Amino acid sequence: MPVETWLTFILGFMILGSIVALEIRDILSSIVAIGVVGLGVSIAFLFLQAPDLAIVQFLFEIFALIILVRAFVKKDYHIETPARVNGFMVAISLLVLIAIFVSSISVFKLLPPFGQPLFETASHYVNYGTEETGAVNLVASIILDYRAYDTLGEVTVLFTAILGTITILRIRKGKDAGRKGA
Amino acid sequence: MNNSKQGMTLIVKTVTRVTVWLIVLYGIYLILHGHLTPGGGFGGGVILALAFLNIMLAYGREATQKWLNLKFLEDIEAVSATLFLFMGLLGIALGGRFLINFLPKGSPHALLSAGNIPILNILIGVKVAMSLFLVVWVLAGLHEEKGGQS
Repeated sequence: MPVETWLTFILGFMILGSIVALEIRDILSSIVAIGVVGLGVSIAFLFLQAPDLAIVQFLFEIFALIILVRAFVKKDYHIETPARVNGFMVAISLLVLIAIFVSSISVFKLLPPFGQPLFETASHYVNYGTEETGAVNLVASIILDYRAYDTLGEVTVLFTAILGTITILRIRKGKDAGRKGA
Repeated sequence: MNNSKQGMTLIVKTVTRVTVWLIVLYGIYLILHGHLTPGGGFGGGVILALAFLNIMLAYGREATQKWLNLKFLEDIEAVSATLFLFMGLLGIALGGRFLINFLPKGSPHALLSAGNIPILNILIGVKVAMSLFLVVWVLAGLHEEKGGQS
């Protein structure tokens, strides 16, 4: 079977998983459904021959699952009141989605065929990457040599994120302690 | 540490004590071979963070806190981020451009090749491992505080 068939199958599976994650009542089942979506992305990366991304996506999915399970699985989190469905709003949303889809069909026709790269820079990386950087793994040569500036930005984002998390949660802890003392 | 009531059962603790080093080894392998095989700093760093997380889940928060210096982890995280920037500035000094690959390239397929890509991989791996573990640590602490209050 061609890759596109597999990708379509995985995409359908992921859409199904996200619908289940949204609609199911039990929060643990919802978390598992989110995991299905993430692992689907990982498998799709494998089919697209991107093992680096597949590894990272797989690991981050497990990581996120552990965080979610650890954060949400408690007795008091399990109770969830069923949301009331407004039929009028659902109809409007569906109409808007269909309108966007129909109007974007002409854009889909402009897309390059599957497997044909749009950027010519990529072929330079593939042809000269190992020669110019000495790295056999082309992904490493791109993210740490050609586009190392991007990676610096990512490191900064991660640093800011952990800084913000620790700062906010420490403030909260201090407040709680103050309330206990008062 | 094994006798404490915290954490999971004795079986989990014993298995964790053996397997966590294999996980750490795999993470280090992925980071060091980042320029040769799929993986690299981010993937290996997440594996290292998961190994720490494994210890935390198996042995409980307080037992982990006894032998894990969190201030030290925060310092390592900040230092590796700064060193990444420093490598970029070193590129200006030695190569003329920011973050340029100024070390000798070596022969392809060798472990010591590709200039400063392995160094940057190691820095990213350490940084990602420490920050992800710290995020989970802080969030888990918040959760336990909440549980204690209610």
